[in-house]
Amino acid sequence: MPEEHGWTEVATLVSDRDYDLPIPVADEASEPFYAGAKEGRLMLLRCSQCGRYRLPGRGRCVDCWSEQSEWAQASGRGKLYSFGIMHQKYHPAFAEVTPYNYALVELEEGPRLITNIVDCPNEELRTDMPVEAVFDAVSEETTLIRFRPRATG
Amino acid sequence: MASRARHGGQAIDGRDLKGKAVISGLGLTEMGRIYGHSGGWFAAEAIRLAIDDAGLEKTDIDGLLVNQGMTPLPGMGGVDLQNQLGLTNLRLLSSMNVGGATAGIMVQYAALAVSHGMANHVLCVFADAPLREGRGGGAAYGGGGQQPQPRGMRGLYTAFGMFGVNARYAMAASRHMGMYGTTNDHFGAIAVAQRGWAAMNPLAQQREAMTLEDYHASRWVAEPLHLFDCCLVSNGGVAVIVSSAEGARDRKQPPVYIWGMGQGHPGDLNRAGWDIETQTGAPLSKERAFSMAGIEIDDIDVCQLYDCYTYTVLVTLEDYGFCAKGEGGPFVADGKLGPGGSLPTNTGGGQLSGYYMWGMTPLAEGVIQARGQGGDRQASKHDVVLVSGNGGILDHHCTLVLSPHPA
Repeated sequence: MPEEHGWTEVATLVSDRDYDLPIPVADEASEPFYAGAKEGRLMLLRCSQCGRYRLPGRGRCVDCWSEQSEWAQASGRGKLYSFGIMHQKYHPAFAEVTPYNYALVELEEGPRLITNIVDCPNEELRTDMPVEAVFDAVSEETTLIRFRPRATG
Repeated sequence: MASRARHGGQAIDGRDLKGKAVISGLGLTEMGRIYGHSGGWFAAEAIRLAIDDAGLEKTDIDGLLVNQGMTPLPGMGGVDLQNQLGLTNLRLLSSMNVGGATAGIMVQYAALAVSHGMANHVLCVFADAPLREGRGGGAAYGGGGQQPQPRGMRGLYTAFGMFGVNARYAMAASRHMGMYGTTNDHFGAIAVAQRGWAAMNPLAQQREAMTLEDYHASRWVAEPLHLFDCCLVSNGGVAVIVSSAEGARDRKQPPVYIWGMGQGHPGDLNRAGWDIETQTGAPLSKERAFSMAGIEIDDIDVCQLYDCYTYTVLVTLEDYGFCAKGEGGPFVADGKLGPGGSLPTNTGGGQLSGYYMWGMTPLAEGVIQARGQGGDRQASKHDVVLVSGNGGILDHHCTLVLSPHPA
């Protein structure tokens, strides 16, 4: 495993609750991302040529256009770029948890990831608040990466 | 201001295009909960009305640009609509989609075509019929992005419940609030101002008075967006005819001259340092449109700004430079956009209270105002009318500067 930031140990929440929300599975391009999450690691692609990070699924570096990349572990730290509180019941599975927050977290490495913020009441969410990854095992196969507020020194 | 492109030692500012093309005809069908017709029917009806408005014959039409909404118009490139209408000598035919920027962008390509002799009279049409009897507007548009079996990185949208366009614009508005202290009172001021205009537009779907309290009382869709922050959903069709300035002389309607045109598509890198949520393509679009028109921001008399959400109006005002970045909230709070205000904006009620015809809503009202045909809601000064379009999640921006004067 690449150790760019050192491996920050983050508690994996092995969920024994009934989990009724949709559970995604990996496709070919995102397989190491999902596999990493299961092991408590947030994995990104890093351009082999210019070193910039990008989200999985992007074949080409937007900066240098190189198609060569390797998987690299991210620190799991970031800040809350923006968020919303969904009240509309678009999907029946979410009816029970509505209103809920959805968020875009800007990782220290640069890319922004879609997620939810946990361990924080919706009314206390603030733009740019520091957050860290929480690995939430929602099924045998899938661990979702959520984020929670991060204490800063 | 970015440097102007140069070609052969000469600055390219598009100035030679100013006033070369005009909007010579406008067709508007009934709008809203009008049932029993397809999108294709609304398109044909809008085209019929536009040709009649312009005083042209159907055989005069030699260009057709089509923008379909949520309900598809069959046939590649608009050929089905062409064949329904028996348009048999088209020199130009295409179907286009850049979301809510399409209407303005169709007019731009049509203007280039008629200015350079490629065609004489180009019809640009948008139509949609997503509303069904007994079904809410949200069912017609909402909830996009759901995957039945979520997979890969796209599957995260479904996993985390980030559905539809509302969720994305809510996040953009939320970002602006976090950065600049913008509030729902500010968004509400835009909704209230536009409702004030809608009361004077017979075509508007929502004409009853609205107060800031009414705005706050409207239910949350996706915080920070209330229901009254969101555009309507409409069945209907709008068509405009773009002609060369010479070809439109002595027609039935006063010509509306296209003074300036521009587009801005900034792209979204979705990473640190990139903030398309609060910095749109409008500055890039404005630069060429205003240089072509030879105008400054203070020359604008009336604004028709794309308003899928109240927030879109606010960020567009900032990005054109009506106020400084981040000051859009306080700028609109005094009601200056509404009837009697100093910057008449979305004078037909816009898409929030008027009707939702994507980019055709601001364009159609821009034509009406430039002609001076706004009736009770007519702006007293309308020499320079700004029309904007916006597509995707702030991905696409377009600008038209319109005027009743040739130069």
